[in-house]
Amino acid sequence: MSDILLQANAVAKHFGGVKALRDVSLSIRRGEVYGLIGPNGAGKTTFFNCMTGLYIPDGGGFTFDGVALQADAPHRAAELGIARTFQNIRLFGNMTALENVMVGRHVRTKAGVFGAMFLNRATRDEEAAIRQRAVELLHYVDIADRADDLAKNLSYGDQRRLEIARALATEPKLLCLDEPAAGMNATETEELRVLIEGIRKDGTTVLLIEHDVKLVMGLCDRVAVLDYGALVIEDVPAVVQKDQRVIEAYLGA
Amino acid sequence: MKNWLSPKSMTGIALIAIALIVLPHVVGMGGQAWVRILNFAILYVFLALGLNIVVGFAGLLDLGYIAFYAVGAYTWALLASPHFGLHFPVWAILPIGALMACVFGVLLGSPTLKLRGDYLAIVTLGFGEIIRIFLNNLNSPVNITNGPQGITLIDPVKVGDFSFAGTSQIFGMTMTGPQKYYYLLVALALLVIIINVRLQHSRIGRAWQAIREDEIAAKAVGINTRNIKLLAFAMGASFGGIAGGIFSAMQGFVSPESFSLIESIMVLAMVVLGGMGHIPGVILGAVLLTFLPEVLRYAVTPVQMALFGKILVDPESLRMLVFGLALVLVMRFKPAGLWPSPERSRELSEKPVEVVK
Repeated sequence: MSDILLQANAVAKHFGGVKALRDVSLSIRRGEVYGLIGPNGAGKTTFFNCMTGLYIPDGGGFTFDGVALQADAPHRAAELGIARTFQNIRLFGNMTALENVMVGRHVRTKAGVFGAMFLNRATRDEEAAIRQRAVELLHYVDIADRADDLAKNLSYGDQRRLEIARALATEPKLLCLDEPAAGMNATETEELRVLIEGIRKDGTTVLLIEHDVKLVMGLCDRVAVLDYGALVIEDVPAVVQKDQRVIEAYLGA
Repeated sequence: MKNWLSPKSMTGIALIAIALIVLPHVVGMGGQAWVRILNFAILYVFLALGLNIVVGFAGLLDLGYIAFYAVGAYTWALLASPHFGLHFPVWAILPIGALMACVFGVLLGSPTLKLRGDYLAIVTLGFGEIIRIFLNNLNSPVNITNGPQGITLIDPVKVGDFSFAGTSQIFGMTMTGPQKYYYLLVALALLVIIINVRLQHSRIGRAWQAIREDEIAAKAVGINTRNIKLLAFAMGASFGGIAGGIFSAMQGFVSPESFSLIESIMVLAMVVLGGMGHIPGVILGAVLLTFLPEVLRYAVTPVQMALFGKILVDPESLRMLVFGLALVLVMRFKPAGLWPSPERSRELSEKPVEVVK
């Protein structure tokens, strides 16, 4: 088993004349928290979308856990073990918190139409297991008391947590969080840090896009910096922080 | 979860069962026409529940749903009438009809997978019309559907020697054809309702709802949205196909004009007016919208006579006018439908909790 979980090879993506990603190559190791930072518009989310199959890259590709990721098949990415959250939270608003997490179990379960119709033993057992796992995950992210509330009625911080629980329900090897701390206050950010620490400790590799530099530097084992769609540097936080190019990218040369 | 075996719910179930058994005899006192209307109400319950899978659960707006009803009806008509000289038994035709409709559901579904909302509605609208026009014109060069004349002398539902058509004596009771069909339809309807409820609360049902809520997020958690959407079309279509088969057998006659656009719109109205995605609401919608126009048919003339002493407006146009007005009023004052799911009524009456920072 290779030490590298995800390898990006010269990934490129254009939108018309805009080069959103210019041959970005980076590698995420098993068990680490990997930070992806950069100024607004640097291409972080585009990179995420290419990786999770929502965009088709114009060049290059990804190898995940030894398998080449097929472009344009978001559900395949989830099957292989990549789960993600979204920058602008995308929950199933009119379903309860519990149901949201139960949907996350979809990819790891298999009851079909006939199972649902005849409600045989296997289907009932599976359904019970789905529910139980979903409840556990709600406890894990500490919002079990909101299980029966509609997702859209949860507070902002709880919605972020619910999205993480739903992503974890797919049993990911790599959990990608797109600006999870955006709009959170200091206390909530600290709670989030503890949560991500816990997820890493439980064996899931985390890819974190974040603006909160303090959070990234405190949490990540390694950090990559994107600017104008190109990779500036990929290294441990201490080195990245002192890098002249990074400082320029953030403050403007 | 409700406890189905508590004395209270047992009494409830018993009362509903007695009401369902007695109903055709009570209604029959007003003439067999009313029993027929009752039967149509149940057929529309089938259709509305089928469409509810597509529109209510998966959130795919389908304006051509009646096409599957037509496919089911014509499948029965062709396989059990003198037209081709075929007389298949019930247990063979009903599944074939459901399967045919299912195939057409997938045929409609596959090119429209990337479409949503208005765009999907237009395509399905076109599909519904294509089917009807095909049925209307497939009488030459080879006569398949007998064109606008339709197909006559279709076999009734027969189980062994027992025919559901005509009057017969059962347990010493005289039962008319429509009354017998009523019991068949109620039994099938119960089955369809159970299947619907089970589907809704299954892994597949949740996947449908997830697609309705946010397709991109659904993909991101690993739902193969293409297959799951096709499944919604196929399941919805199968229910339509079964309803169509029974319709064919009950009427003994089908022609393309039974499957016009207004029928699709009516079924959609039943789903929306009753409460999209909520099974009891959809059933209520179907029953109300079948009965309301019929009741109005008998009511508008006496009401006009009583109020004005003469008939001011032609009863037929007044009937549809009142019907339309009723639809507008319901949607204005009960936007989530007459009997929405608890979640949906909250959604429309309650603002999301403000973010407190």
